[in-house]
Amino acid sequence: MIGADLVIRALEKEGVEYIFGYPGGANLPLFDSLVGSKLKLVLVRHEQGAVHMADGYARASGKPGVVLVTSGPGATNTVTGLLTANMDSSPVIVLCGQTLTVNLGKDAFQEADVFNITIPVVKHSYLVSNPNDIPRVMREAFHICRTGRPGPVLVDLPKDVTSKAFESVPDDTMDIPGYHVPEGVDRKGVEKLAALLKTSRRPLLYVGQGAIISGAHREVLALAEKLHAPVTTTLLGKGAFPETHPLAVGMLGMHGTAYANYSVVNCDLIFSIGARWDDRITGKLSEFCLDAVKLHIDIDPAEIGKLIRPNASVVGDAKLVLKELLPMVSKLKTEEWLSTIEGWKKQYPLKYDQPLDGELTMQYVLDRLYHLTKGQAIVSTDVGQHQMWAAQFYLTSKPRQWLSSGGAGTMGFGFPAAIGAQLARPGELVVAVVGDGGYQMTFCELSTAALLKLPLKILVLNNRYLGMVRQWQELFFEDTLSGVDLEGNPDFVKHAESYGIRGLKLEKAADVDAVLKEALAYNKGPIVIEALTERHANVFPMIPAGAAVRDMIVEPTRRKMAKPEGST
Amino acid sequence: MAVEAVNNAGAAHTISVLVADKPGVLVRVATVFARRGFNIDSLAVSPAHQKGLSRMTVVTHGKEEGVTQIVKQLDKLIDVVHVYDYAEMDVVSREMAIVKVRTPSDKRSAVMEVANIFRAKSVDIGKGSVVFEITGSSSKLDAFESMMDEFGIIEMMRTGKLILRRGETPT
Ligand SMILES: Cc1ncc(C[n+]2csc(CCOP(=O)(O)OP(=O)(O)O)c2C)c(N)n1
Repeated sequence: MIGADLVIRALEKEGVEYIFGYPGGANLPLFDSLVGSKLKLVLVRHEQGAVHMADGYARASGKPGVVLVTSGPGATNTVTGLLTANMDSSPVIVLCGQTLTVNLGKDAFQEADVFNITIPVVKHSYLVSNPNDIPRVMREAFHICRTGRPGPVLVDLPKDVTSKAFESVPDDTMDIPGYHVPEGVDRKGVEKLAALLKTSRRPLLYVGQGAIISGAHREVLALAEKLHAPVTTTLLGKGAFPETHPLAVGMLGMHGTAYANYSVVNCDLIFSIGARWDDRITGKLSEFCLDAVKLHIDIDPAEIGKLIRPNASVVGDAKLVLKELLPMVSKLKTEEWLSTIEGWKKQYPLKYDQPLDGELTMQYVLDRLYHLTKGQAIVSTDVGQHQMWAAQFYLTSKPRQWLSSGGAGTMGFGFPAAIGAQLARPGELVVAVVGDGGYQMTFCELSTAALLKLPLKILVLNNRYLGMVRQWQELFFEDTLSGVDLEGNPDFVKHAESYGIRGLKLEKAADVDAVLKEALAYNKGPIVIEALTERHANVFPMIPAGAAVRDMIVEPTRRKMAKPEGST
Repeated sequence: MAVEAVNNAGAAHTISVLVADKPGVLVRVATVFARRGFNIDSLAVSPAHQKGLSRMTVVTHGKEEGVTQIVKQLDKLIDVVHVYDYAEMDVVSREMAIVKVRTPSDKRSAVMEVANIFRAKSVDIGKGSVVFEITGSSSKLDAFESMMDEFGIIEMMRTGKLILRRGETPT
């Protein structure tokens, strides 16, 4: 038995099914130990893809996703994936091979100080210098990554450490005196939430991914129905509350629905359940919900008061806190408020123009995808216009059904994350919704998907532009386009076919249903649907970055706009 | 940098951090400050009395809100066992300095006189310079420094502030 065996043993003990990996000199002992283990190796084509797959696996299942890469460039290729997972509180474990401990700091071949490089983008990390520490470190890594506010943990494993021979398994008792997961429920705090709720006539529940991570969707639903309070969800909170529910106002924020954002400005109380008042949501902080009472539940104490000072807050697991809160509240007098919101819904519905010449719009394709899949698919998006339209038109009803890179906005996330999700939920329909730009950042993973014969649908919405950036240039830089035309794109159908993957081309609105149905019925392996869409549509509603809701552009505009200030 | 200008205006804060004595913990702590554009004015680190733990005293300055956020982010670090931003009156605080002062023969007695008033000890005397050791509150050291500046400080080194909470309760 060697150190590498201890690592793999620890993974087996944690019930890990898949390991997303790429080999190299420094992780050879680990790859060797994998042979004959219970773990299934998913050989990726780029380490960034491995981390997004593990992340997608984690988001779809709630269980940690595990990555194994080599030292140096292998390890640095994981940085974007770590940032993505860290920003979105996703439990991912990245195991890196490393040069021999005697070589550390000597610029040895493929040495990268990955421990220090990644400190700002991990929940925690280890450089294992004593082989006896392996079992303890592995146990701590899993414990830390999935408890409290989840997040990625990196474990750097020098080759001499993984090669060390052992007679018996060293002790794995954890030693993390500084790590405390908030336990129990602060009843006083919950009583304060209840008291402030009592007098509200225009409440708004603002639900984020924290509710999904904690498994609080039933409690959120119960609370909304008991209070008769409307619910808005964040981009990552999609699925925490059924968007088809009469009390749902959909997504809020920069590209949220107009009625969600009007609810935000007009509410007298806003109650964050596992959402962190991100700048894409609040816009200009100094004007955000000035007169409303603010309540906040979060498992991470550092989120309380970071951006918004709440009138009452509880640090804890959303599900437990809501369970405690539910018996303390009763129906609020919200009839007038709900009918006002109903009015906004009628006056400012989400809509899009349908070109008369039959040209395709992304919105139409996504709208049809939603209807044809009855809103039941697991949707993994990339980043850009297609992501925002998918968020607007693909209504979700279940937690862990919607995977998207929110905090980091990482292009290249959608497709590999869908692979991870499909592995986590083999019997279910998984659709990757990607733009032609982001798809090309990680589409080398088509080999991975083909080899695994995953019945994944990859919907490439191809506008031959970096659409979201083009939109900003059009609106805020006087339509001066710079570096956004993706001329030189491949034919995505032929590209898929070269991997032995089926590809379907979609060019006319009239063909959408037939082509999507064909793709949905296909289950022999992955299938790519390339939709050639029109190129000039912009995502609305839009609140320019750093602006307030009163600056929201509800409908397409041709008016000249000031450059956004105060935010990216 | 804009961040610096915004964050560095504000009162001084003395933050005591009890950490697990693990590799990289100093970088993690420093990163929490650096990422938010906060300067570390002084930093003292030593083993704590408890086995496996170290104690850091960090002096920084900045707006109340920013410092509160830093304390919370420090607390979030896995290796941080305890962290607190102490008000001056709740702690005993000491700092030590060694200061090398230029002392031409005609100034020597005047320098010694000032040192005496501050109860600074001379620990090395050379032809044209004296090295003093002085212990006390950081403001006493500031005062000593500015007095000695009149004569000419060649170089100096301060330990950074050390604090312990008053009374029986641990810091
Ligand atoms: C890795 C990375 N680089 C750059 C960006 C900035 N960015 C945000 S959206 C976008 C355009 C995405 O284009 P595409 O994938 O074609 O999707 P579309 O917006 O056209 O739907 C860009 C470049 C990003 N989010 N991520």
